[in-house]
Amino acid sequence: MNTFVDEFLNLDVIRDMLPELITEGAKNTIIFTFFAFTGGLLLGLLVALMRLSRSRFVRWPAAVFTDVLRGLPALLTIFIIGFGIPIATGWKFPFERYFPGSLALSLVGGAYISETIRAGIEAVPRGQMEAARSLGMPHGVAMRKVILPQAFRLIVPPLTNELVLLFKDTALLAALGTVAGGKEITKFARDFVNGTSNSSPFVAGGIMYLIITIPLIRLVALLEKRAKVSR
Amino acid sequence: MTAVSSPPMITIRDLHKYFGEHEVLRGIDLEVAAGEVVCVIGPSGSGKSTLLRCINRLEEPTSGTIVVDGDEVTAARVDLDRVRTKMGMVFQSFNLFPHKTALGNVMLALRTVLKLDARKAEARARSLLEEVGLADKADQYPVRLSGGQQQRVAIARALALSPKVMLFDEPTSALDPELVGDVLAVMRKLADEGMTMVVVTHEMGFAREVADRVVFMDEGIVVEQGPPAEVLVSPREARTQSFLARVRSAG
Repeated sequence: MNTFVDEFLNLDVIRDMLPELITEGAKNTIIFTFFAFTGGLLLGLLVALMRLSRSRFVRWPAAVFTDVLRGLPALLTIFIIGFGIPIATGWKFPFERYFPGSLALSLVGGAYISETIRAGIEAVPRGQMEAARSLGMPHGVAMRKVILPQAFRLIVPPLTNELVLLFKDTALLAALGTVAGGKEITKFARDFVNGTSNSSPFVAGGIMYLIITIPLIRLVALLEKRAKVSR
Repeated sequence: MTAVSSPPMITIRDLHKYFGEHEVLRGIDLEVAAGEVVCVIGPSGSGKSTLLRCINRLEEPTSGTIVVDGDEVTAARVDLDRVRTKMGMVFQSFNLFPHKTALGNVMLALRTVLKLDARKAEARARSLLEEVGLADKADQYPVRLSGGQQQRVAIARALALSPKVMLFDEPTSALDPELVGDVLAVMRKLADEGMTMVVVTHEMGFAREVADRVVFMDEGIVVEQGPPAEVLVSPREARTQSFLARVRSAG
């Protein structure tokens, strides 16, 4: 029992991780999540609207994008962006600390989020678009003022869920070599384990994730319950 | 009733509409004069709603021409959004915007289509709500309103852009019987004010009292039309007679 506590719950080791576990690890995890989710949301909206286009030449690339990115392991996408592109092109990413990782996760998130947004748009009754168009609103205005506000209300719970998934997926960025000061929680914990030959940093890192994910998961449950009640 | 001197408000010529293989409208010719109230009746599936929805091209006609207030709605290069501002439409299922208050529903087209500033749009929307008797419900969301109130908001919304024509697609069919009267009263007032109206309806009482002309449709054609006293009281066609007999025994 003592070995277990020593190996996994060694407070001396965990104390040594502070404050960098928070000031570097948690901070970077949140920064990656923020950029990935914002990018994923914008990309997801664009792709969802493309998939609902009347022109098949607009729909087709969007469908390929979602299928490919949902079909690939996220880790492979991260490698392609983070290693593949610089190696193949000799191009160095600007803002190297955050850009490649955020971009890769934006692509992955955008593919899933686009499907969520599309489902939300399709769930808005057809009569809404008809009412808006019959008032002389152009299609784009009707979309922005009538359809999307309703669609977004419907998809707040699944979107919050995508946020939780992206938050956890930032851990995959541990597989990329990091620039100084750019470690997120998992990479930070992993390097600390290497330095101490003790597993407690994983537990500390895990707690950091749970502090954020569990409230979000509860929030999703609450939102879903409320959405059901208001029907 | 059709005035000879002025051109008709709506002219429909040889209108055909297919849904896949099925021909829903099989050559409709119809004229509606300015200020005229035309009630379109007929069994379900007769194409009357489709006809109405072709007039503002919510439904794409397969062939034929429709002219509204001098604009050919069916022309390939017509500015449909502009032409649609001349026509207000009221739907069976209201289709109010649930994320907007009653006031917001009426204001939206004033803001986005007419580009009125907020104060002017609000003033106009409030006066429209007053006209349909719902000034006190301006700040309520549609879910908080009864069906009859929702439909009256929808009428105010359709009137916002001062249309020349109002299209009603079974406006009372989704309402509880005790709520029908308020909606019909608003429509009657509109008719009295000289609005050109095409009303697809099952309300025979309304058709008899308010319509200048009743059009009976069956299987995609206009079977019979004329003043309500003729079509509803002593119809010539057997199909009209049997339809009216069925409606009466049901009602």
